[in-house]
Amino acid sequence: MLRATLKSLLARKVRLVLSGLAVVLGVMFVSGAFVLTDTLGRSFDTVFSDAYAGTDVGVSAKPKIDVGEMEGMEVAGTFPASALEQVRGVSGVASATGLAAADGARVIGSNGKVLTSVGAPQFGSNWTGESGQVELREGRGPTADNEVAVNGAVAKAAKLAVGDRVGILTLQPKREFTVVGIFGYGGDRDSLGGAQEVTFTERAAQELMLGQPGVFSELSVKAADGVDPAKLRDDIAGTLGDGYVVKTGEQLSEDASAGLKEGLAFFNNILLGFAGVALFVGIFLILNTFSIIVAQRTRELALLRAIGAGRRQVIGSVLVEAVAIGLVASVLGLGAGIGVGALLAYVFGQTAGGLQLAGLGVPPAAVISSFAVGLVVTVIAAVLPAMRAARIPPVAAMQDVATPDRPLTKISVAGAVVSAIGGTLMAFGLSGTGGNTLLTILGGVLLCFIGVALLTPLISRPVVGLLGRLFSWSVPGKLGRLNSGRNPRRTAITAAALMVGIALVTGVTVILDSAKSSITALAEDTIQAELVISGAQTGPRPPSFDPAVLDQAAEVPGVAMVAGLYGDRAVVGGKQGWITATSSVPALREIYRATPTAGSIDSLGPNQLLVDSKTAKDRGLSVGDTVPVQLSRGDAQNYTLTGIYAESELFGGFVIPASAAANFAVPQPTQAYLKLAPGASVDQVMPRVETLLADSPEVSVADRADFIEQQAGQLDGLLTMIQILLALAIVIAVLGIVNTLALSVLERTRELGLLRAIGLRRGQTMRMITVEAVVISVFGALLGVAVGAGLGAAVVRALREDGITNLVLPWSEMGLFLGLAAVVGVVAAVLPAIRAARLNVLGAIAHE
Amino acid sequence: MAARANDVWKVYGSGEAQVAALRGVNAEFERARFTAIMGPSGSGKSTLMHCLAGLDSVTRGTIHIGDTAVTGLGDAGLTKLRRDKVGFIFQQFNLLPTLTALENILLPLSIAGRKPDKEWLDTVIDTVGLRDRLGHRPAQLSGGQQQRVACARALASRPDVIFADEPTGNLDSRAGAEVLGFLRRSVAEYQQTIVMVTHDPVAASYAGRVIFLADGQIVSELIEPTPETVLDTMKKLDGLAEAGL
Ligand SMILES: Nc1ncnc2c1ncn2[C@@H]1O[C@H](COP(=O)(O)OP(=O)(O)O)[C@@H](O)[C@H]1O
Ligand SMILES: [Mg+2]
Repeated sequence: MLRATLKSLLARKVRLVLSGLAVVLGVMFVSGAFVLTDTLGRSFDTVFSDAYAGTDVGVSAKPKIDVGEMEGMEVAGTFPASALEQVRGVSGVASATGLAAADGARVIGSNGKVLTSVGAPQFGSNWTGESGQVELREGRGPTADNEVAVNGAVAKAAKLAVGDRVGILTLQPKREFTVVGIFGYGGDRDSLGGAQEVTFTERAAQELMLGQPGVFSELSVKAADGVDPAKLRDDIAGTLGDGYVVKTGEQLSEDASAGLKEGLAFFNNILLGFAGVALFVGIFLILNTFSIIVAQRTRELALLRAIGAGRRQVIGSVLVEAVAIGLVASVLGLGAGIGVGALLAYVFGQTAGGLQLAGLGVPPAAVISSFAVGLVVTVIAAVLPAMRAARIPPVAAMQDVATPDRPLTKISVAGAVVSAIGGTLMAFGLSGTGGNTLLTILGGVLLCFIGVALLTPLISRPVVGLLGRLFSWSVPGKLGRLNSGRNPRRTAITAAALMVGIALVTGVTVILDSAKSSITALAEDTIQAELVISGAQTGPRPPSFDPAVLDQAAEVPGVAMVAGLYGDRAVVGGKQGWITATSSVPALREIYRATPTAGSIDSLGPNQLLVDSKTAKDRGLSVGDTVPVQLSRGDAQNYTLTGIYAESELFGGFVIPASAAANFAVPQPTQAYLKLAPGASVDQVMPRVETLLADSPEVSVADRADFIEQQAGQLDGLLTMIQILLALAIVIAVLGIVNTLALSVLERTRELGLLRAIGLRRGQTMRMITVEAVVISVFGALLGVAVGAGLGAAVVRALREDGITNLVLPWSEMGLFLGLAAVVGVVAAVLPAIRAARLNVLGAIAHE
Repeated sequence: MAARANDVWKVYGSGEAQVAALRGVNAEFERARFTAIMGPSGSGKSTLMHCLAGLDSVTRGTIHIGDTAVTGLGDAGLTKLRRDKVGFIFQQFNLLPTLTALENILLPLSIAGRKPDKEWLDTVIDTVGLRDRLGHRPAQLSGGQQQRVACARALASRPDVIFADEPTGNLDSRAGAEVLGFLRRSVAEYQQTIVMVTHDPVAASYAGRVIFLADGQIVSELIEPTPETVLDTMKKLDGLAEAGL
């Protein structure tokens, strides 16, 4: 039995390769994700163990606010220089160095812009000499407060040489320094993990990076010979007491690496998302292939039954085939995944400014998951066809193959039920009452897809008929249309595979376009400023500018009011959240057209704060209450609530005066709104504001319309990314169409022979196949667009409370998808059509 | 002359496995005549018909349909020849399952982009007696009805020659007789030329002339055959063959 199965498997390798390809792609992304994270993870391990090479024990202070990985910047706690002396006094300490280091030393390059860094930090610290891995290449360390030494990465990116002047943004606005030294790291590296590093004198580093003289953020301790770091760590911790975090160098490097690896999980999720979509669509493909194979093998299987094979053996023979395909696809997918992982790791290493990659690693998890996913998906997809095969009666061996079309009632009822469950689940998830909302929604969407796929055969009859009429002006077109309507199930599954990808793209487009339109409308309604100063944020640190600009801008003739905004995370009344500081409450009030609901929102004194009405209600706050506020730096302080403003979609949360922003992670304004005096012209004011921003290269000034467009445009990048991701699903669906057509051509060999015998030209034959493909793919796209628009509209409807009030259906994109589907059909038809046209007429007529 | 074969050889395979299916066949098929090709299984009947119809290439010799030299035509030329000058009736699987009877009948004309001659079409449909079945699909028709639709399709475009390979091979004798009678009428009444391959003496007797093939050569010929004369000739040929052994 097994041998018979394997033989017939080999005989049909082409179509199995086609259907297996989807699984290969899915497995490729799964294993690629594992390989990438493993390789990058080990590379980071190396980077940090190098970075902490000279540290046996490290001391730091607890941060004032614990900020999550994806939420924003965390500001390290600081401690006084006296701690350094205390540590030096601990026995077993050979030496201890105080570090005043923080991310956020932004060097201005030769083009006047801040050097970019993709994810890697921009460290500023005090020069501590050639310790650990650090090696001076040229010049010396800084000895005066206006001198810096920079690492090779900075020198290269900004084209700096010893003696050059360079502008650097820190906690302070731009300052000029002289480059006195350039350093690298062991192994002639320019950078550790792509980080840009600038070193100042100790005093300058404390002021510029920590915002306070006489404090450190870290101590690096070297143990005396023969002293155990772990013991030394405990001794130091005991000496310093509470408030300090003391770890061995090894722990520090592990922790730092673990933090970055958490960030890598993001990449992993993208790749696994890819894999999920690929595999989901792949299931349709394999299901279809096996169904067709079982149909074609009806006689063979019936013969097996007639000569005594049991139902189980028949099911087994189909499943063995599935396992074989799954195995082959897993192996190929694993191989491709290793390649993809290596490639992505390389690209990542390059963009991260030359991260030195550790050797390529294939973790056991990659191998195990590849085989698990590949096998499970293939076998699941083959189960239904296998059960159908088992139902073939032995007499079928003696009868003509023509299996009657089974009625679609059962499958349609199942489809309706599954869709209904999916829809309910989605509604439940969207209403936000369920526990794990995102999972509920995704589950609902998945079920909707399966439900619609089950309903597709029913829908295909009328819709494919209608669609086909578009192409019926020629005889080949008509034949193609009839062929596409011939086997509703097959057409349906093929189209459904395409439906999934297009529905996802359409749905996401509907949601993002609606969000964009809603935000734009809202902003146009609300924001009462003619000019806005802001910049595009690329990392956790928001772009900021010199606070002096605020006062200078207010002096520009024609400017009536300026509201500078500072933002940070803070713990207010025991709860962490976003907080805003403003340079002018009246201006802010004017610009957002805020109205008071209690107290006054006309001004803010020191230690006074405002809040929106919704937060006030949620937190049970009323005017006059005292609220403790802990900012990123400094100690917690009590604030008095002096006013409550009506909540709006665009602006909300706690507001404190700009004087308090000195203790923000970024103590500089990140945005400013300028309201012009009546009669003043934007064209005249704008260039003058521009000149004010000469030393603040991270931001620029835009008029209101441009600003709103910029804000809304931030969604465009996301949209493009998602569209690219989902293009993959569509590629797989194309494979499905090719597969179905190739099988159809094979099945209809005699028919094609007959047509050719009575005079159908080669070109006409090709056109016939092409029309069939186009009808199927346009049908799939039509379904996808409809389902996607439906899903998208449902989500938009559910987000109405969150301010997405406009439903925008992207007609032109939807039209584009339909057009693309037609192209896809043409492309998919090429090979099968050529095959059909090349058919030997005589051989085809005699074909059994 | 509707079709002509001059010294046609057809050799399959090469070396040891070489089979000469036709060895120097010379045959002429007059217009408005119903010719049957007979012979034992494997004698080369189908091969001859395929070569005549431009479905297969010859190893040596020439074939003409009307004035057109078939040998030497490329795929496009052969397709055009089949479309415009030749009609086919196969033993089975003659019709497209997706099309109705009428659509099947009109198929060659539609493919060629030609308008059917309404009057002729009516005549053909009435002759085959399928007027009430025109909207049915092949699966809804009996085997005999399907073959009659195939005949009507072959006739509809008024080709120079209709080639039929065992058109009644899959039918019972009554349905077969209907089809054969219809073929004979189309020759007698509408001057259609038909070449039919068969191994059934009764079927052959419907033709006006029978040529006999054995081992790839024409060995005998009968004019105005009856089942008895055909059977006699076959027996005689069998006897010769046995004596030859
Ligand atoms: N494609 C082919 N390849 C090799 N030999 C063939 C092929 N077709 C026919 N033959 C051989 O040619 C001879 C004539 O076949 P055919 O014309 O089909 O005979 P008939 O139709 O009279 O039964 C037979 O011996 C047959 O085996
Ligand atoms: Mg034959």
